[in-house]
Amino acid sequence: MTQRGAPDREVPPAAPLMGDPGPTGRFGEFGGRFVPESLVPACLELEAAFRDAWGDPSFRAELDGILHSFGGRPTPVTECVRLSGELGVRVLLKREDLAHTGSHKINNVVGQGLLARRMGKHRLIAETGAGQHGVATATAAALFGMDCVVYMGEVDTRRQELNVFRMELLGAEVRPVSSGSRTLKDAVNEALRDWVASVGDTHYCLGSVMGPHPYPWMVRELQRVVGDEAREQCRTLLGGRDPDVVVACAGGGSNAAGTFAGFADRTASALVGVEAAGGAALTVGVPGVLHGMRSILMQDEEGQILEAESISAGLDYPGIGPEHAHLAAIGRARYESAGDEEVVEAFGRLARSEGIIPALESAHALAWVLRAAGTPALPTGSTVLVTLSGRGDKDVGQVRDILRATTSGSRR
Amino acid sequence: MTTAAQPAGATAAQPAGATAAIGHLEERLRQMRDGGRKLLVPYVTGGLDDEWLLTVEGLASAGADAIEIGIPFSDPMIDGPTIQEASLRALRRGTTPEGILADLARLDTGTPLVVMTYYNLIAHNGPRRMAGIIAEAGVSGVIVPDLPLEELGPWADAADEAGLATVLLVAPSTPPGRIAAIADRSRGFVYGVGRMGVTGEQAELADSAREVAVRVTAVTDLPVCIGIGVSTPDQAVEVCGVADGVVVGSALVRRLLDGEGPLGAARFVRSLRQALDGGRTRR
Ligand SMILES: Cc1ncc(COP(=O)(O)O)c(C=O)c1O
Repeated sequence: MTQRGAPDREVPPAAPLMGDPGPTGRFGEFGGRFVPESLVPACLELEAAFRDAWGDPSFRAELDGILHSFGGRPTPVTECVRLSGELGVRVLLKREDLAHTGSHKINNVVGQGLLARRMGKHRLIAETGAGQHGVATATAAALFGMDCVVYMGEVDTRRQELNVFRMELLGAEVRPVSSGSRTLKDAVNEALRDWVASVGDTHYCLGSVMGPHPYPWMVRELQRVVGDEAREQCRTLLGGRDPDVVVACAGGGSNAAGTFAGFADRTASALVGVEAAGGAALTVGVPGVLHGMRSILMQDEEGQILEAESISAGLDYPGIGPEHAHLAAIGRARYESAGDEEVVEAFGRLARSEGIIPALESAHALAWVLRAAGTPALPTGSTVLVTLSGRGDKDVGQVRDILRATTSGSRR
Repeated sequence: MTTAAQPAGATAAQPAGATAAIGHLEERLRQMRDGGRKLLVPYVTGGLDDEWLLTVEGLASAGADAIEIGIPFSDPMIDGPTIQEASLRALRRGTTPEGILADLARLDTGTPLVVMTYYNLIAHNGPRRMAGIIAEAGVSGVIVPDLPLEELGPWADAADEAGLATVLLVAPSTPPGRIAAIADRSRGFVYGVGRMGVTGEQAELADSAREVAVRVTAVTDLPVCIGIGVSTPDQAVEVCGVADGVVVGSALVRRLLDGEGPLGAARFVRSLRQALDGGRTRR
């Protein structure tokens, strides 16, 4: 796959796809570091520390060792035999649901936890939507013996009550956020506000490929393991071939970025990111600046940020990571959206046909596969790899309530 | 100025007044400072209530040397609870950036106005267009707290062209070499961030407020005003032992949220003014 130059700006033509964005943190016209001056030195320090650690074989070896012995890596690729038969498309799942804490988020937090320790920070803060990143951060904090505070929108603390308790069990303090829309975007604001005041001893463990440079790059690199493993596993399963299509759900876009990083410049696989219909930045958004990055954001006509709304707290983000905006702009990846109803459908379908209960977030990727199978986007006879970013245990109660409401006729 | 459309309600003074704006702010503040006066820059959230323009006029006559007007944004990440609440109230009233600027265009207090807004509200309209609209409203300067030096380019060019002073911030965490670079690119004055944290009232002045004032005044001849965490007349006097002036936001906005109205706001600013004028002789 050769890279096509971005249409609008001075992208170095030789820049490798999904490589190091350099000191400006730009992915084409997106990315950057739009933070208050108070945080600039911290972002520069973090960038330097990550660059140094990522090039240090002993850091990489320690990270790999923890991801293996503690995190359960490598996760397998599972062939969906029954579903493939029903759809006429060969469906493979990259099983991040089997990673410790139940999602891909563990890859990122173990990396950032190790980095925080290397930088001499002893307190981790995080934002969380569904609670998975919060649980993962609380887990890393417990593992490394650090203090941990997780900011979570008040709405989400109610939607994901069990995850709140999980974080508390792990020794973290969960602070409900009651400002703004009281969901993920406001939790990010609140975490940034904490960080401005605590930056001396605190590392902000951001949960996705968003925020100011170096986060989008760093989190993608820490999630790259998903795509690198999957590519090799697919080649083994497919006799050296790559899947025709690679699909992942995208909130901020970390599981998608980690997956795509394994395929973007090393295969010809088509890349598809699936957002929630109520948070589909790349479908209805326009360029803007939020949370330290220039990306594509859902906004009103004045430039005020809109609230995302979907069935899955983890995808309720009105933007998407800047590298995804760039991949969309240059046409290397395509972004679709899935609605709540088809997502619940996909959630149940995978459970019944394969014995795997997916996270509602991951069910968005599956919903697209169900819809696209047999169309030119995913022709009969083709092979698709879906990153199953997490398991659905956290969502079972919510889906039960939805299905009960549906069968009792009071459909939302 | 060539690209901006004339907004409804623009006064006859434009666009010639707009090109003079940058000089207006900086010359004015320098003059005051050189005359031995400590600078007082109160902050109010634009569109907060029906009386907000009266509040601005009242602040001018209560002794403000410049007035900072916040254009509310949905995600004010460097603001604490008080200004968050004020932003939310203003937005719920249907306040828009262009509405605030149209209102300001009708105002003539003789006191320089500086707008503070987050970068998305500028980026959304495009820096050139927004700089034009702001300048034509008779505003002299702009503070964009989430636009650090490295990202300044497109905005600063547009602002310079429109004759707007872009006021840059120096934080307690800013290393020495960077302070000089920021002060060098700042126009109007340099905004020294008094403490590591978000906007909000503080019982005590942080040590960092004085330290920032010392470090910035050492490298620039521009007026240096300290804001964020300056809440009381005593604190204002204390920090002005070193700094040229203060920006007072949350302490004023809280009074407005509590319903003290334009009169209460003016009373508070007058108390700051009196303390600073008295404080000068004590120095
Ligand atoms: C299982 C799962 N998948 C996906 C996401 C969305 O995050 P991202 O887009 O960064 O992968 C979340 C976030 O909470 C999640 O819990």
